[in-house]
Amino acid sequence: MSLLTFLAQQPEPVQRVADVVTTGEAISFWILGPLALAGALGMLFARNAVHSALWLVVTMLSLGVLYMIQQAPFLGFVQIIVYTGAIMMLFLFVLMMVGRDSSDSVVEVIRGQRLAAALLGIGFAVLMVGSVARALTSVESRGLAEANTTNGGNVGNIGQKLFTDYLFAFELTSALLITAALGAMILAFVGRDGKPSKKTQKELVEERFQEGKRVGSIPGPGVFATANSVATPALLPDGSVSEESLFEVIEATDKATLSDDVADVAGTGHEADAHALKGSES
Amino acid sequence: MIQHVLAENGETAKLLADDPIWLVLIKVVGIFAFLVVMTLFMINWERKVVARMQHRPGPNRVGPNGWLQSLADGLKLAFKEDIRPVLADKWVFFLAPVISCIPAFLAFSVIPLAGEVNLFGQQTALQLVDLPVGVLVVLACSSLGVYGIVLSGWASGSPYPLLGALRSAAQVISYEIAMGLSIVAVIMFTGSMSTGDIVNAQASTVLGAFPGWFGFLLFPSFVIYVVSMVGETNRAPFDLPEAESELVGGFHTEYSSLKFALFFLAEYVNMVTVSALATTLFLGGYKAPWSGEFMNTGWWGLLWFIIKTLAFLFLFIWLRGTLPRLRYDQFMKLGWKVLVPTSLVWIMAVAVIRTGAIQELSTAQRLIALGVIVGLVLLVSFLLPDKKVQDTKGVPLAGSGFPVPPLDLVVPKAAPKRKVKVANLPKETAAVTTGKEAE
Repeated sequence: MSLLTFLAQQPEPVQRVADVVTTGEAISFWILGPLALAGALGMLFARNAVHSALWLVVTMLSLGVLYMIQQAPFLGFVQIIVYTGAIMMLFLFVLMMVGRDSSDSVVEVIRGQRLAAALLGIGFAVLMVGSVARALTSVESRGLAEANTTNGGNVGNIGQKLFTDYLFAFELTSALLITAALGAMILAFVGRDGKPSKKTQKELVEERFQEGKRVGSIPGPGVFATANSVATPALLPDGSVSEESLFEVIEATDKATLSDDVADVAGTGHEADAHALKGSES
Repeated sequence: MIQHVLAENGETAKLLADDPIWLVLIKVVGIFAFLVVMTLFMINWERKVVARMQHRPGPNRVGPNGWLQSLADGLKLAFKEDIRPVLADKWVFFLAPVISCIPAFLAFSVIPLAGEVNLFGQQTALQLVDLPVGVLVVLACSSLGVYGIVLSGWASGSPYPLLGALRSAAQVISYEIAMGLSIVAVIMFTGSMSTGDIVNAQASTVLGAFPGWFGFLLFPSFVIYVVSMVGETNRAPFDLPEAESELVGGFHTEYSSLKFALFFLAEYVNMVTVSALATTLFLGGYKAPWSGEFMNTGWWGLLWFIIKTLAFLFLFIWLRGTLPRLRYDQFMKLGWKVLVPTSLVWIMAVAVIRTGAIQELSTAQRLIALGVIVGLVLLVSFLLPDKKVQDTKGVPLAGSGFPVPPLDLVVPKAAPKRKVKVANLPKETAAVTTGKEAE
């Protein structure tokens, strides 16, 4: 809770020295930094995909709190809401759909995939190291004291920057995201093209009445004391198999195996005794 | 137009900034106790109110008038056997109830329970912390709380909880968008995301006597928030993740003992939190329904706050006692096709109103703006497709809307009646026999 009260304190409007790290900030960093690192490593080495995602959540949460500590509360909470709340939740959603026991395939699906991945990884690492090194050496840190106190505070300044200086980039990003979402939807619905849309329940009912043949529903499968499978056909009162109850996908049970039941319904079979419930071998 | 005088933002934050650490700790314990007691009270109240709505007495045995029933149930839960399914993921199964519980409590830290009070000799506000982004804290906590539900469903290693978890993930993501959008209008009117500032901005009255609550000024936002807060907390009629008629118990099917109690606690604490946020955002928070000093300062605020929050909690119970559960696709349709677009249009309207109020537009300019809005509405209404013409060849419908058979329907022939002589009927045998007859 002391963290929250610490956050609640408005920075003093006096121009403070930008790169002084307060004790609270240092303590928080040395707790959250290793936690974020552990999350990243755990994400890499976890065997289970869902565990991997959870480790990533730990990293993102730590980053979010680090942003808050560094006087960027809006960024911190948006990080939690958007990344951990929405994006990782979608990841989990997909992972749960895939199933908990699916293991990674080690077969190379695309030729040269590993080589390309290694090259890209190294390239990305070089970029990261380069930019971090530049940030540590040649960029002078300004601190957020000024941005947080003047001109409507933290949120107001972010909003102003977004909608004036960075408007074009902002709009481009949203256009990109909308395009991606539309593309995903089109890909997902491509299978239904050309086919007539599914009939509603009402349309089906009206169709049945117009044909006038069978208004009620088709008879269900037979339910006997010895068999309640969908594959068992229903028997008509005279003991014959009701053709309408046969489910076309499942191959119906051979009528011979039902001869006992047929005989029972027709009243020609042997009389029931205590062994009747055991099945046909009695 | 309503001329809103923007209050000096950040007053509550300044009041809270010099709280000594012991006062902060007392507030933490106080909020925790408040939420737990509210949970115990809510469970009883819910059972009693629903019982009254169904013409039965409800719990009336344990304690005075049955008011200790939930406490007894809670104690009983603690002594139950803690079962972990064989297929469960050990750590995640253990962590899930904890994850769902912690954010529920954390979210309440930004809720202002009362204004400036004297607490043990210290002038302070009855609020733990007033962040400049306070409203976002509640949203962030609710988005973290879903992890508890989703992970519990996945970790249980059984199909019903998994289905509940999938539903919950989709549900909360969808309704959080609607909830966030409904809050945007409030933030635009206040000019701040801090909960303390939002309450202060509602202190004035409009049109003489009516309180300037955002629930009246921003009525569409209020309605959208109330609908989406029920969706966020997985309560009836939106309790699809734990639909007991479809999914046994949904995400907590495999949980027992204290872990189950934690889920229960989290659900009720979440209800209290979203109700408290609704009070803060739309019903003037801890302010009395009138302006002025009378019953409106210091500890009186706590009374108004609790009354308003209880009104929302009663709404939760009322909904549960009245409405049947929505089907899943209807529920998603409501969120994405009704609440989100309505919110977006309403936010645009609010932006126009705010710009007009701030820039002091002339009458001509306002009329032009009005004309543009009416024109847009007309354009949209022209673009909407016409209602489909009823096809006349269809089945004639009776007044009730059910299709009736056509007049020229050929009645299928009945099967010929078979005459069976009584003597030929199969002999009736006893269902249970001694076994000797067969020999």
